Amino acid sequence: MASQEESSQPSDTLTTLKTESETLKTKLEEERAKLHDVELHQVAEKIEALGQFVIKTRRTLKGHGNKVLCMDWCKDKRRIVSSSQDGKVIVWDAFTTNKEHAVTMPCTWVMACAYAPSGCAVACGGLDNKCSVYPLSLDKNENLAAKKKSVAMHTNYLSACCFTNSDMQILTSSGDGTCALWDVESGQMLQSFHGHAADVLCLDLAPSETGNTFVSGGCDKKACVWDMRTGQCIQSFETHESDINSVRYYPSGDAFASGSDDATCRLYDLRADREVAIYSKESIIFGASSVDFSFSGRLLFGGYNDYTINVWDVLKGTRMSILFGHENRVSTLRVSPDGTAFCSGSWDNTLRIWA
Amino acid sequence: MARDMSDKEILKMELEQLQKEVKNTREPVSKTAKEICEWVEAQSAEDPLIKGVPEDKNPFKEKGGCIIT
Repeated sequence: MASQEESSQPSDTLTTLKTESETLKTKLEEERAKLHDVELHQVAEKIEALGQFVIKTRRTLKGHGNKVLCMDWCKDKRRIVSSSQDGKVIVWDAFTTNKEHAVTMPCTWVMACAYAPSGCAVACGGLDNKCSVYPLSLDKNENLAAKKKSVAMHTNYLSACCFTNSDMQILTSSGDGTCALWDVESGQMLQSFHGHAADVLCLDLAPSETGNTFVSGGCDKKACVWDMRTGQCIQSFETHESDINSVRYYPSGDAFASGSDDATCRLYDLRADREVAIYSKESIIFGASSVDFSFSGRLLFGGYNDYTINVWDVLKGTRMSILFGHENRVSTLRVSPDGTAFCSGSWDNTLRIWA
Repeated sequence: MARDMSDKEILKMELEQLQKEVKNTREPVSKTAKEICEWVEAQSAEDPLIKGVPEDKNPFKEKGGCIIT
């Protein structure tokens, strides 16, 4: 019956689907183009240019024995959690550079780590395909690994994780092509997000005022915005020419930035439903691994595989500054919760605080 | 999971998604870009990395500074 029809003309069905897809993609681009009546940098012409400013390394956190892959700030604006290729997860006091906690994971390549909103726990995972939560003890002698709680289970590596607005739920993205929302206490999957056609490499939660959405980026060159309650993809953007390594919401929640292996960072306006800026230079040929905005959203910091950090004027589209210091790829970068500094982690085994 | 899906299933998924997205409401860039610029300008005054923070107030600028916890 149905299966007989399909097996007699399988290639036609594939071709029909492809053609329909292409037609719709063109239509979508046409609809978007109709509202593309001006460029962001044109609207920004009247804005005063930023003056010279000096940002330099203020602290260097040494202690990881191998590549730093991920880091996150605690809401207290001074503690940081970082994870590394050798399986170590370290909690630092960034003011003093002291290490407060250290955990050795049972796997290598801990690609994801996150601080819980309460500051009382951290989540991490990587090649173990899981996301585990470790409550942080005040007792320095206590073995953190003993209290470990396995929360998320994917069928491939964990690429990113982040707590939602409480310690109770975690959002994860994975090499298995999906994202998922988990209840920390029970380990139950509350929602799953399907739509990427390849590994999902990054995610970011929308600022709480803007509601329950998050954005993800993947090896399929797509960035997708998801409704956390329904699991539906609301909007998707496919303008990058290679893997999207990092996505970050604009502080107002109306836009997000992405960093990609195609050596560009881009800004997508969610209400106009299109890409509105590309941050690139002919001299920048290495991929951007990690991006984050300054407090006001005027600056975009991008960490690159050529060991540098480029600082972009988000509105005018120009590069303000290039920061040197790391001795290998910059793999992760986050601005502190109050915007006074940002932290970068690198394959040179260190983290740097810049202010 | 994307890795376990056949090419046809992936195409079907993309097609359904596109059909939904074409119907999304959008606003003109002239309006949204203006609003982004206004939002940034309002916040810039408070952006520590733009306006700068005096050495004695920023805990990162002076090592070993006095911190009240």
